[in-house]
Amino acid sequence: MLKFVKNHMDSIAGIEIFPIISLLIFFLFFVVLFWWVFTAKKDYIATVSNLPLDNQNQSEL
Amino acid sequence: MEVQQFHYDNKIVTKFIYATIIFGVVGMAVGLLLAFMFIFPNLTDGISWLSFGRLRPLHTNAIIFAFVGNAMFAGIYYSLQRLLKARMASDLLSNINFWGWQLIIAAAAITLPLGMTTSKEYAELEWPIDIAIALVWVVFGVNMIWTILKRRQRHLYVAIWFYIATFITVAVLHIFNSLELPVSAMKSYSVYAGVQDALVQWWYGHNAVAFFLTTPFLGLMYYFVPKAANRPVYSYRLSIVHFWSLIFIYIWAGPHHLLYTALPEWAQNLGVAFSIMLLMPSWGGMINGLLTLRGAWDKVRTDPVLKFMVVAITGYGMATFEGPALSLKNVNAIAHFTDWIIAHVHVGALAWNGFMAFGIIYYLIPRLFKTKLYSLGLANLHFWIGTLGIIIYALPMYVAGFTQASMWKQFNPDGTLVYGNFLETVSEIMPMYWMRAIGGTLYIAGMLVLVYNVIATIRNGSKVTDELAEAPALKNVSKRRVAGEGWHTWLERKPIKLTIFATVAILIGGIVQIIPTIMVKSNIPTISSVKPYTPLELEGRDIYIREGCVGCHSQMIRPFRSEVERYGEYSKAGEFVYDHPFLWGSKRTGPDLHRIGGKYSDNWHLNHMYDPQSTSSGSIMPAYQWLVRNELDKSQTEAKMKVMVKLGVPYTEGEIANAQQMMLDQGTQIEKNLYTDPDFAETYEADKSAGGSEFIEMRNREIVALIAYLQRLGTDIKVKDLETTQN
Repeated sequence: MLKFVKNHMDSIAGIEIFPIISLLIFFLFFVVLFWWVFTAKKDYIATVSNLPLDNQNQSEL
Repeated sequence: MEVQQFHYDNKIVTKFIYATIIFGVVGMAVGLLLAFMFIFPNLTDGISWLSFGRLRPLHTNAIIFAFVGNAMFAGIYYSLQRLLKARMASDLLSNINFWGWQLIIAAAAITLPLGMTTSKEYAELEWPIDIAIALVWVVFGVNMIWTILKRRQRHLYVAIWFYIATFITVAVLHIFNSLELPVSAMKSYSVYAGVQDALVQWWYGHNAVAFFLTTPFLGLMYYFVPKAANRPVYSYRLSIVHFWSLIFIYIWAGPHHLLYTALPEWAQNLGVAFSIMLLMPSWGGMINGLLTLRGAWDKVRTDPVLKFMVVAITGYGMATFEGPALSLKNVNAIAHFTDWIIAHVHVGALAWNGFMAFGIIYYLIPRLFKTKLYSLGLANLHFWIGTLGIIIYALPMYVAGFTQASMWKQFNPDGTLVYGNFLETVSEIMPMYWMRAIGGTLYIAGMLVLVYNVIATIRNGSKVTDELAEAPALKNVSKRRVAGEGWHTWLERKPIKLTIFATVAILIGGIVQIIPTIMVKSNIPTISSVKPYTPLELEGRDIYIREGCVGCHSQMIRPFRSEVERYGEYSKAGEFVYDHPFLWGSKRTGPDLHRIGGKYSDNWHLNHMYDPQSTSSGSIMPAYQWLVRNELDKSQTEAKMKVMVKLGVPYTEGEIANAQQMMLDQGTQIEKNLYTDPDFAETYEADKSAGGSEFIEMRNREIVALIAYLQRLGTDIKVKDLETTQN
């Protein structure tokens, strides 16, 4: 059924490495992301998450 | 510490809100007209610029870019200034952004009904407008980043990251998808053909949903929901994970729009895998938004702003659950090309974008005019009829989608289709189209209630154009202060570096998908019998594009038994190598047309275009009588062919030089075929003798070109030839 589209990638040299590189990029991305998030300091998180609220809007009702 | 005084620019926010409201009404009204055209197909009979195919892109563009776009700018211009404790860097740039955007919308409102379109969904606007969009978008980005650099608040709140990602990604998507070679001032051809064009288009189309309808509104959610609930976001850590994983994963998911098509299998599977992963960040964001209301749910009972936002976020959750589900191949096999997709996008547009925009409008208007909302009761009324409208819109469309899919695939025991006539599957769902129109009416009625409420509020208030605020200036960061700072904190006060990282995150997915597909261009099996369109067929194809036929008819037969039985041999990648742009379509309100060539006589096509109900009783296709009357414009044909040659279509110089004669010959042959119908011969001869010198011969009319194109479709390959090409 997919005979017309199946073997497109065969002719690119070194194509086998592509999926492995992709997986590594993907895995490392999330490792770094979670490391980043879990090591963030608590008081910093508290400060930043209050940023929208600390604007004293003059016309606040 | 020196405290500086400055003013927030509220004027620009107000302008964008007015534009949001105006274009919201317009876009929804066009949508409602379209909904009624399903029930009364000849509602705008004979008016070419009010025909369904031309209005559909006007509706989608008006909602996405005019209504949601203006709401996005309003929300960003309001929240960005306050989050950064700074006025927008340049009032001039703000105003260029505003007026430029409205001019683009006006240009779209004129050109789309006139049939000037590239036919690529949500990127229909022609090349001069594309360039204008790019320029205005850059003005918006420059203004935003300049403001960020002038800020008085060290750390960039997560909402701003979403705004930055929106700016960068939409720029990248828009530029790459709009690459086209102009033929004339308002006509161009996509540089990509067939499979490549489809892949780039849906990489764009999917991510336009992601980065125009989703990320900016998530940013707005992270600002306005905490503001309205008066408490910080549920988990800032979760919002960091939400942001990075969403922008990183979203960009890969585009190919799920092309499952079971002629797109290479690996790209389809990549799209599916990432679409399923996308559920996690999407729901992370939804949960973060809803849980922000923890301990404040009592406010939702009384505050219409929060009501709208809660339904908006719930709608986001439903649509982003449905999205990954739809990208599973077995679900997609049912849903694709049906009204299920219409239900899906309207849950997104009506609930997520619409209700979030309404919440923001109800929040901002009293603040921008220093008064109370004129009527809470009316806002509540709007909320309830809007919610009811969404439900009455979406539910029948789900039923319609399942009904269509089941009927399309139903076989008799002897192997024939139960509903071999496509029309049976259309008349079955007419009640659903009725209900959809009622749901849409309710939703727009709610919008009109908002208009009244906003006008009444503004009358009671007084404009605060420049709002006074004060904040200390940013001091230089000393070495001592950053000692021991995590690189997370570091990145967050470095807007330029954050921008670069976000760019890298969104580019990875795009590069992995697009580059191999472009590289393997030579590997798409060329089928030797596939030849470029003749000049007349090329002109006919441009009429097909102009009339927006692609809005209701696909040209992509999926490799299913039910589709091969109904339409013929399934579509092959190699058949589309000369299709600039591709016309696979995304919806089957009518049947697929890829193998329409040779199926009906030329007369059938002529009669069908003139009066669809005469050949197909109960058809909901509108009549295209102007095609039968109008003279075909052949003045650009050579120019079009030359552009095609530049794009790699092998027209010879002889063919280009001979184009007029070739068109005349092919047209004359079709005219001759039409004469085989005695009714045609009689009426045509009568017209001819009455017409005098002004008379346009049939061979020179638009319909003949369109017939030539339709009769060519899908005829390049015969099944027996295929056996030899694959060896």
